[in-house]
Amino acid sequence: MAAPKLRIDNVALRFRSRTGAPVTALENISLVVEDKEFSVIVGPSGCGKTSLLRLVAGLIEPTEGSISLDNTSINGPGKDRGMVFQSYTLFPWLTVQNNVEFGLRIAGIPAAQRRETSRRYIAQVGLTGFERLYPKQLSGGMMQRVALARALANAPAILLMDEPFGALDSQTRSLMQEMLLDLWQGSHKTVLFITHDIDESILLGDRVYVMTARPGRIKEMVEIDLPRPRTVEMLTSDAFMAIKRRIMHSIHEEAMRSVAIERT
Amino acid sequence: MASLLDAYVSPKKEIPRQAYAGVSTVAVAVVIALWCVLSYGGFVRSDFLPTPHDVAMAAINGLNDGSLLINTGASLTEIISGFIIASVFAVPLGILMGSFKIVEAALEPVTNFVRYLPVSALIPLLILWVGIDIEEKISVIFIGTFFQQLIMIADVSRGVSQDLLDVSYTLGAGRRTVVWRVLIPATLPGVMDTLRVTLGWAWTYLVVAELVAANKGLGYFILNSMRGLFTDQIFLGIIVIGLLGLISDQGFKLLRNRLLPWAV
Ligand SMILES: Nc1ncnc2c1ncn2[C@@H]1O[C@H](COP(=O)(O)OP(=O)(O)OP(=O)(O)O)[C@@H](O)[C@H]1O
Ligand SMILES: [Mg+2]
Repeated sequence: MAAPKLRIDNVALRFRSRTGAPVTALENISLVVEDKEFSVIVGPSGCGKTSLLRLVAGLIEPTEGSISLDNTSINGPGKDRGMVFQSYTLFPWLTVQNNVEFGLRIAGIPAAQRRETSRRYIAQVGLTGFERLYPKQLSGGMMQRVALARALANAPAILLMDEPFGALDSQTRSLMQEMLLDLWQGSHKTVLFITHDIDESILLGDRVYVMTARPGRIKEMVEIDLPRPRTVEMLTSDAFMAIKRRIMHSIHEEAMRSVAIERT
Repeated sequence: MASLLDAYVSPKKEIPRQAYAGVSTVAVAVVIALWCVLSYGGFVRSDFLPTPHDVAMAAINGLNDGSLLINTGASLTEIISGFIIASVFAVPLGILMGSFKIVEAALEPVTNFVRYLPVSALIPLLILWVGIDIEEKISVIFIGTFFQQLIMIADVSRGVSQDLLDVSYTLGAGRRTVVWRVLIPATLPGVMDTLRVTLGWAWTYLVVAELVAANKGLGYFILNSMRGLFTDQIFLGIIVIGLLGLISDQGFKLLRNRLLPWAV
């Protein structure tokens, strides 16, 4: 069996709080993301999801443990790990097209080839015709589409997505999920996706890691054996519900446990 | 019918353009009308409040004997030189100060000390050091605007979102690229706003400096007119300063929309 694409091994992350006391954000995190697999981490607000993704991106370093991509230890950020952030991070001074071409331009790709690549990814996220607009002219959903196209245009080995649809209304979010499912179906990109939305994690993921809060740990891994291609209609199927019950139970159990700990 | 007027009494609601322009025109007209009534009506003595006609005559005289142009030219030269010199240093240093802790550590103490010194307190010292010619005016404007600009631009630079820089790293940018292609463009709208505001302050410092000691300039023109009780000339000087301020402010606004059409 081939080695996993991404391996997170026993990672812990501690911050020094303002009082000087160490705060543990992540503890004992181990997980693997297989090649061409869509992995999802689902966890409550503040459990350290963003921190975990920033570790993989190489934007921060783990206090303990190691992370490797394609068997190479991660050392700082690089374009092999494209990231879509929770916040809107388009460059306001660049048009949609130039945002998507940002990474290619840095890499010194000639203009004609850049154009060709950006055209393809802009089409994939359904924004053909919007190339010349500036971010301020776009809606939140459109901005996240551009951010996705921008990350993909760089052809990363793995795509990191941090609650990319978290700030969107539920209709827009559904549309974005469908778009992402379509896009993934056509590319089988390796993805590590983060969300606090259980439905979203099941709908999108091949496997779902359930995270718990304070300090963030991986509680459980759930294989999602729903058939692909998937559609939002599946959200109401029995199979879906069964998985959802299982994940909710797992999270609930953890919540009860932490309440019990706080009481003592 | 009430709903039509709702916009006028609701906070932050847009009102029709014509209504906006109409109200502005009326407001200006009221001020001028009041001036006319008070002066022509004989309610206020003419050596206290000149009539608009007197001021117009003073303007014509000033244009004819050249004094108006010479003094305006002198003030403009001083303010433009002082302001440009201050900006040329403050913009890059401020951007660095807001984003590099080491620069902040170096500049912050002195800046915060000087910033709270009213420049007017330094004028006597500056006169001793450099005399009362253009060098002194430029020094006053420089000291008055540079430190304010530095602090304000540092804040702008500090306010650039960390995520915006981080996403650039994940797209393959190195530190140098991030500074030139992301940090600096991201500060531009804030820098323009800072320049616009501080130019207004620079006018104040200049006029104060000219009132204290000068042999030309609009402040000098006003002070000299006071000695001869030429209120019409005083008014003329004030109106010219106001108009120049208005023009430069609108100029900055126009420039911002021109150069930074993407900015919100
Ligand atoms: N630079 C830092 N210094 C100190 N504490 C931090 C820092 N970054 C994050 N934390 C803390 O680590 C914990 C996890 O933060 P993180 O942003 O990773 O959570 P999250 O799961 O992404 O939350 P959300 O659902 O709100 O996005 C939080 O308690 C946060 O306060
Ligand atoms: Mg987060």
